[in-house]
Amino acid sequence: MAYSSENLATMDSIIARYPRKRSAIMPLLHFVQAIEGYVTAEGIEVIAQKLELATAEVTAVSTFYTQYKSEPVGEYHVGVCINTLCAVMGGDEIYKSVSDHLGIGNDEVTKDGKVSLERIECNAACDFAPVVMVNWEFFDNQTPQSVKDLVDGARNGNPPAPTRGPKTLRTWKENSAVLAGISDGLAGEGVSAGEPSKLGLKLSKEGK
Amino acid sequence: MSKLKPVLSAHWDEADSFTLEGYRRNGGYAAVKKALDMEPDAVIQLIKDSGLRGRGGAGFPTGMKWGFIPQNDGKDHYLVVNADESEPGTCKDMPLLMANPHSLIEGIIIGSYAIRANYAFIYLRGEVVHVYRRVQKAIEDAYAAGLLGKNINGKGFDLELVLHAGAGAYICGEETALLDSLEGFRGQPRLRPPFPAIAGLYARPTVVNNVESIASVPAIVANGVEWFQAMGTEKSKGFTLYSLSGHVKNPGQFEAPLGITLRELLEMAGGIREGHTLKFWTPGGSSTPMFTQEHLDVPLDYEGVGAAGSMLGTKALQIFDETTCVVRAVLRWTEFYKHESCGKCTPCREGTWWLVQALKELEAGRGTSADLDKLLDIVDNIAGRSFCALADGAASPIVSSMKYFREEYQRHLDLGSCPFDPIASTLFAGARA
Amino acid sequence: MTTDVAVEMITVVIDGFEVTVPKGTLIIRAAEKLGIQIPRFCDHPLLAPAGACRQCLVDVEINGRAFPKPQASCTIPVEPNMIVKTQLTSPVAEKAQKGIMELLLINHPLDCPVCDKGGECPLQNQAMSTGRTESRFTGVKRTFEKPVNISSQVLLDRERCVLCARCTRFSEQIAGDPFITLNERGALQQVGIYEKDPFNSYFSGNTVQICPVGALTGASYRFRARPFDLVSTPSACEHCAAGCALRTDVRRGKTLRRLAGDDASVNEEWNCDKGRWAFKYISSKERVTSPLVRGEDGELHEASWPEALAKAAAGLAGKRAGVLVGGRVTVEDAYGYSKFARVALGTNNIDFRSRPHTDEEAAFLASTAVSLQTTYTDIDKADHVVLVNFEPEDESPIVFLRVYKQVRKRSIAVTTVAPFASRGSEKLNATVVSSFDQVKNLTEKSVVLVGERAAEVPGLLSAIAAHTTAKIAWIPRRSGERGALHAGALGNLLPGGRPVSDASARVDIQSAWGVQSLPTDIGLSTSEILASLSTPGGLEAAVVGGVDPADISADALGQLLNTFVVSLEISHSAVTAIADVVLPVAAVTEKAGTFLDWEGRARNFDQAIEGALTRSDVRILSMIADEMKKPIALPSVTSAAKELASLGTWDGAKVSKPSVSSANKVSVSGNEAVLTSWRQLIDLGSLQAGEENLAGTARPTVAVISAKRADALGVKNGDHLKISTDRGSVTVPAQIAAISDESIWLPRNSQGSQTIVTFGAAEGCLVTVVKA
Repeated sequence: MAYSSENLATMDSIIARYPRKRSAIMPLLHFVQAIEGYVTAEGIEVIAQKLELATAEVTAVSTFYTQYKSEPVGEYHVGVCINTLCAVMGGDEIYKSVSDHLGIGNDEVTKDGKVSLERIECNAACDFAPVVMVNWEFFDNQTPQSVKDLVDGARNGNPPAPTRGPKTLRTWKENSAVLAGISDGLAGEGVSAGEPSKLGLKLSKEGK
Repeated sequence: MSKLKPVLSAHWDEADSFTLEGYRRNGGYAAVKKALDMEPDAVIQLIKDSGLRGRGGAGFPTGMKWGFIPQNDGKDHYLVVNADESEPGTCKDMPLLMANPHSLIEGIIIGSYAIRANYAFIYLRGEVVHVYRRVQKAIEDAYAAGLLGKNINGKGFDLELVLHAGAGAYICGEETALLDSLEGFRGQPRLRPPFPAIAGLYARPTVVNNVESIASVPAIVANGVEWFQAMGTEKSKGFTLYSLSGHVKNPGQFEAPLGITLRELLEMAGGIREGHTLKFWTPGGSSTPMFTQEHLDVPLDYEGVGAAGSMLGTKALQIFDETTCVVRAVLRWTEFYKHESCGKCTPCREGTWWLVQALKELEAGRGTSADLDKLLDIVDNIAGRSFCALADGAASPIVSSMKYFREEYQRHLDLGSCPFDPIASTLFAGARA
Repeated sequence: MTTDVAVEMITVVIDGFEVTVPKGTLIIRAAEKLGIQIPRFCDHPLLAPAGACRQCLVDVEINGRAFPKPQASCTIPVEPNMIVKTQLTSPVAEKAQKGIMELLLINHPLDCPVCDKGGECPLQNQAMSTGRTESRFTGVKRTFEKPVNISSQVLLDRERCVLCARCTRFSEQIAGDPFITLNERGALQQVGIYEKDPFNSYFSGNTVQICPVGALTGASYRFRARPFDLVSTPSACEHCAAGCALRTDVRRGKTLRRLAGDDASVNEEWNCDKGRWAFKYISSKERVTSPLVRGEDGELHEASWPEALAKAAAGLAGKRAGVLVGGRVTVEDAYGYSKFARVALGTNNIDFRSRPHTDEEAAFLASTAVSLQTTYTDIDKADHVVLVNFEPEDESPIVFLRVYKQVRKRSIAVTTVAPFASRGSEKLNATVVSSFDQVKNLTEKSVVLVGERAAEVPGLLSAIAAHTTAKIAWIPRRSGERGALHAGALGNLLPGGRPVSDASARVDIQSAWGVQSLPTDIGLSTSEILASLSTPGGLEAAVVGGVDPADISADALGQLLNTFVVSLEISHSAVTAIADVVLPVAAVTEKAGTFLDWEGRARNFDQAIEGALTRSDVRILSMIADEMKKPIALPSVTSAAKELASLGTWDGAKVSKPSVSSANKVSVSGNEAVLTSWRQLIDLGSLQAGEENLAGTARPTVAVISAKRADALGVKNGDHLKISTDRGSVTVPAQIAAISDESIWLPRNSQGSQTIVTFGAAEGCLVTVVKA
């Protein structure tokens, strides 16, 4: 039984945010990933019970969204953007080199369970291309070498900090909890905006 | 005089721009005070008068959308903010929420008040944890400051605001799919009618607005209709965020009055990267038909882009230089649409499956010119035949690239392979060699 | 059908032809009225529009403004000044439809030669009408592991699926069982279950029937036949009183499958899995194939019909006898038993109730139930439905679907007089009350559905009979009971609802039958007949129809032991084993006849199978009566039907309504509990014999107890309980629910829990409950 009474109480508090409880299914699935790392059978059953749904209905939702994983991922889940712009700008090279470096392919995990790899679609940071997301934190303007260093650091327990994010990179489970709405108190860390975000502002101040 | 007009981005260079303190220091939450002293209908009228149009892609007049909500019907109303920013190339809402989340919250309070909603939601795409943190903290601080919750500003208006993380589904940017997702279902588009204004979230009257649209509201309320109307073009009023990415020297966000041209924006971005030339670009994300060199002076407003055969979309200007293989670019976008097709309707689900296979063959140089005609005919059986606009978006890059670059497709077939070196188009092409 | 409000009619032009249809009619159906068939897959008239398959695209113009793109005709209601151009007149619509068809086929395996659906497949048919002769797709098709057993009864071949979502929408919208869903997305979207919870819906078979391709198949029919080799006969379901129209498909004298028939006013287009899949009993090895006569050696021997009839007649002649009809007879056969008892045996000792019953119930049936006219339409219009000792999902599934439909559509109130909220009641959002007098808010639009188990609670039927506001319906579990009641197969009633006690009613029948007199004493009930048979000086002989003594009481079989028994049966049973003469009768598919459903509506059916065993009960009874020289002159089903119809119904004074007061609550102490039970739809019923695939979808056997009792016993959900009386015990997993602390619920006749066999009782007896 992976769910303590404290966990179950947290689930109730997530449900309480919504006018109708079925709306809580997505944060609850994020929460299940925060506890177990992926969407387990037990997680589906607990959610079904909490929301008075058939287990099939929970499965239908969990399999629709790509962030919900039906198999374990690494402590550091590395997403390389391979949508057109990032791919052209170097995402394809990055993906190939990090995949070769780790010896794993798309949706696979290193044997030590530390790093998993995913080809991801556009992550709304195109002015920072090529972009890599680790546990859904931004790693901007990446190169094949920077990503190799990144995953090596992650495997040694010393990953670099996100470009725009908290001072230290949090684990997959920790960040899943944030997406479930459980605050980690790190909102104040990191820059307000990256340099490209501020470019127009800077130019306008310069009168350009 | 700068052609730019930073409003939403005016303070992104301040280290605490995302905090309540930082926002208030720059005049934040004054608009709420003003709006709550007005009648709700007057707020709707003000937004109607301003000419603000949806910044999420379709450009529907925001005030009119609000006005569709049946008033005094005794039902709960909802305001839902679409922060599912996922259209390839689109990267404006995420930096906005990271650096200035309170502008959205202030807009939500005003919008909810106007449409008589006491519950609002922000549906944020799930793949941006730090943005989630910033918005969540901003909501907490707004509650603590009495700007959310019961009796806001002592004016007797109640509003609950819930931040909801998506989980990786582009289709949830479609407003009815978003509502199904928010209700706890698979994010598949709903049959319309009924439209969300009549039966949206929980079958209640609902407004779904883009982040930038709602975040623009406080500035309009604070500065007035005339101020807003003075910017932009005849039917495209105000300021907006243009996002330049790709093969430009300095990519980034440029907030400017509607109607600026790519030529002007490129100039500010330092031009195409050194030693290269513009080949093709998207005016508003991958779903908007691509443009070329010949469109550099098209005014980037709703009408101008439309007249030139595309759509303003999300103003996501993805710039590609001559090193880029257009077939490869289109294939990759098509793979995206296949990945994101919800599966509900036949043409999108099966069509994107087929198109990816067809384009892979073409990219590898296998086929004849008859296969190019076949490709266009398959697209013709998909575009305008599907349940929602996703498949139309999938058709756009194919049709527009075939319009401007059919000979490049043909060159693949003549050569029996792709004539481009993918390394040449990378950012680190020089560094890596 | 009458409607309350005048429906606005709208005229539209489709392909140049005007058609006028009620407002709200979808274009696709308005076109049907003109005989214009627009191809479609996801569209189904009883499901909410989906617009998913896009096969039905047409061009639409309203007030001179054309839609820029072709529209799905299955989602758009007609409007005034609408002009529609289908594939017949619009090249755009025609190309759109051809394009969709090509896309649907790119990933379809085209394995029609080995597919069960081949020959009756909407995809196959419409690919012929709308498709291209050759595919332009030269790529790789999607494949899946196949088939997937989504239940013991239903198999799924995903690569054939066109994702129309009819099955998932049916399960959610019609059955309320969302156990199959669309999973994954995009090109990988697929129908599926949660891996540990199979598709055990009582209505799962409907998904097989409405699947427009061969993606869902039934295990019992898969790979058995080609549709064009089957001979189809319209029929009526024999399992319960819901009255479903069926279609029976036969190949070379063997029933291979049964499908739900279309009857908008009864079962719409649905049936339950028992009705669909429980029919092997007809072709069972246990069938009685020849008359049997018990010899000097005490064994049954095959005999000729004349010999067996003579033996039966001789054994019955001049005896004090009783007739046990059973609840599954057709109305014609019931009439045969009714007339046989009165004319050939000179007695009113006849009863169709082979289940727990009371005199209070007999009075209710004769005074009230026999003339009730409540219908499905009343449920459709009800403001409040009350279930009284009646679990429609288990005991009359189509009634459940109708109530559920209104709960979904109009959020009507449902109240159930029940020990706890069953799964069916949960789906109906029913308010649970423990007695009828607690039911509130009844109006003349309310409908009270009374189950046969109401007879098990003293005073309840008296209260129902006295109720005057709401519409009342009596819904017995078995298909033959309403007909048997009408035919007078009851001790206090003659045919047509005529009271035995009424002299003019007797004269009616006497003159119609041409007999000098009719017995005047009120007849004995089933239990009284059985008791009398085993009492010295009591009854001496019995004619027993399709009766399982274990359904009545634990003692019933024993009570038949030392008496002369003529058994009319389809299969060897406990009764045939002790009978003196066994006469094989036809099963439903082998004869024609009529059931009266719970509404009293006639459900006629024809013989579906030619064969040797075509003698209906009524014909055999008529032959015995001839042999006894007391003819009843009913040589055929048709003659019985005609004669019964000619009798008409009684409009004179009725039998007095029952006035039994309710019993005091049984008090329990310690580990004691009061037993309550009902039969689940899929259980050990004799007509389900041999249906292993069906049995696999039965709800698990559990004992329902309250949280307080569970605490006291120290048990959690799933822990085993031992429930016992001095007669025997069962050991069953516990399920904790909101049931009274005094009560325990068990399934009445399921695997591991047969209450009448084990405890001799089904309701109200004291049992001891301990942790096993």
